[in-house]
Amino acid sequence: MAHVDGAGKRVSMRWLSILLAALLPAATCAAAADDTDPAKEARAFRDFFVKKFPNVKLDDFANGPYSLNEDMRRQWEEKEQFPPYEFSLESGKELFAKPFANGKHYADCFTNSGIGVRQNYPQFDVKSSKVITLELALNQCREANGENAISYTGEDMAALTAYMAFTSRGKPFDIKIPDDPRARAAYENGKRYFYTRRGQLNFSCATCHVQNPGERLRAEVLAPALGILNAMPIYRSEWGGMGTVSRRFITCNSQVRGVPLEPQAEDYRDLEYFLSYVANGLPISGPGSRP
Amino acid sequence: MRNLPNARTLIFGLLVHSFVCGNAFAASEADFKQAYAAADAAERQAGTLRNQWLVTEAALTDAKKAAEKGDFDRAVAAAKEAEALAKASIFQAESEKEVWKNLEIR
Repeated sequence: MAHVDGAGKRVSMRWLSILLAALLPAATCAAAADDTDPAKEARAFRDFFVKKFPNVKLDDFANGPYSLNEDMRRQWEEKEQFPPYEFSLESGKELFAKPFANGKHYADCFTNSGIGVRQNYPQFDVKSSKVITLELALNQCREANGENAISYTGEDMAALTAYMAFTSRGKPFDIKIPDDPRARAAYENGKRYFYTRRGQLNFSCATCHVQNPGERLRAEVLAPALGILNAMPIYRSEWGGMGTVSRRFITCNSQVRGVPLEPQAEDYRDLEYFLSYVANGLPISGPGSRP
Repeated sequence: MRNLPNARTLIFGLLVHSFVCGNAFAASEADFKQAYAAADAAERQAGTLRNQWLVTEAALTDAKKAAEKGDFDRAVAAAKEAEALAKASIFQAESEKEVWKNLEIR
């Protein structure tokens, strides 16, 4: 029996060793995940672009490709005299002021009545445990007041967000990551999505907007990832109309020949959270216009 | 040695053989169904990884359209192409689970 007990102990010790060996890397991984510091990462992100384009002023990254190309910038400045998003802006102002059937307004759903608040979106909502983008908040407002949701890629959503961005121009992005592991996980997921290659062309968002900003992709000059959402929504000549953040992400996925996700999918909202957070401090410049 | 066929005759014979056999082994509806099911399963798996490709969807549609017209040779070829593309997208998604970190700005 003593011999059996000894063997049993040896077996137990062996299992314990295996268990410890298995758990050690997991513990290390958890520690590594905890060690990531979004504020530090945002600084590294900003420094990368500042070093890559030393002649571009930090705030100017909010103007996308115009910050990198003199010719395009001159054309854009002239175009801004009669900007192509003007009709959408007017329409957005009217839509924003129009009461719902119950007599309430969009303004009732937002702090400061929705004026000058664009820079605070996306937000992490602790109650629902998800990232709330401005587009999602507008539809949540509609539904809370008995209205149907509107298309995330349609003209009305672009117009509403254009108006809200316009009232926030010049205000620096101020995205918060609350001290909550779920918020941190959303940020990490957005970061993962940004750097992950996808589609038949095997491109990630970073392939174009980190590795090749300023370069031409056919007729387009690629925008830097830093400040890439500050000018949203945008009028694109290529689209012949206005486009929301949702429309932009869907188009990017299609361009690399991947099947896009549904508008406002969790991955897209988390991506917007990540990109907006790393642009903290850069001014809102929307609505914008692009070729 | 003189009785052996020369190279030209041999190649001609092989061409005739492949032509005859090609017709003799034309794909059937059952072949299409089998090939399509395999492609569809792979594409669904790519879907669970949130990484489907537009070209795979197009190949699946082509396969279905060809089958509806009774062109099972083309339908099977398109389904096999779709399966290969779907498997490539699965490989991409699986490898990117770790590889994406190499691109990260630190």
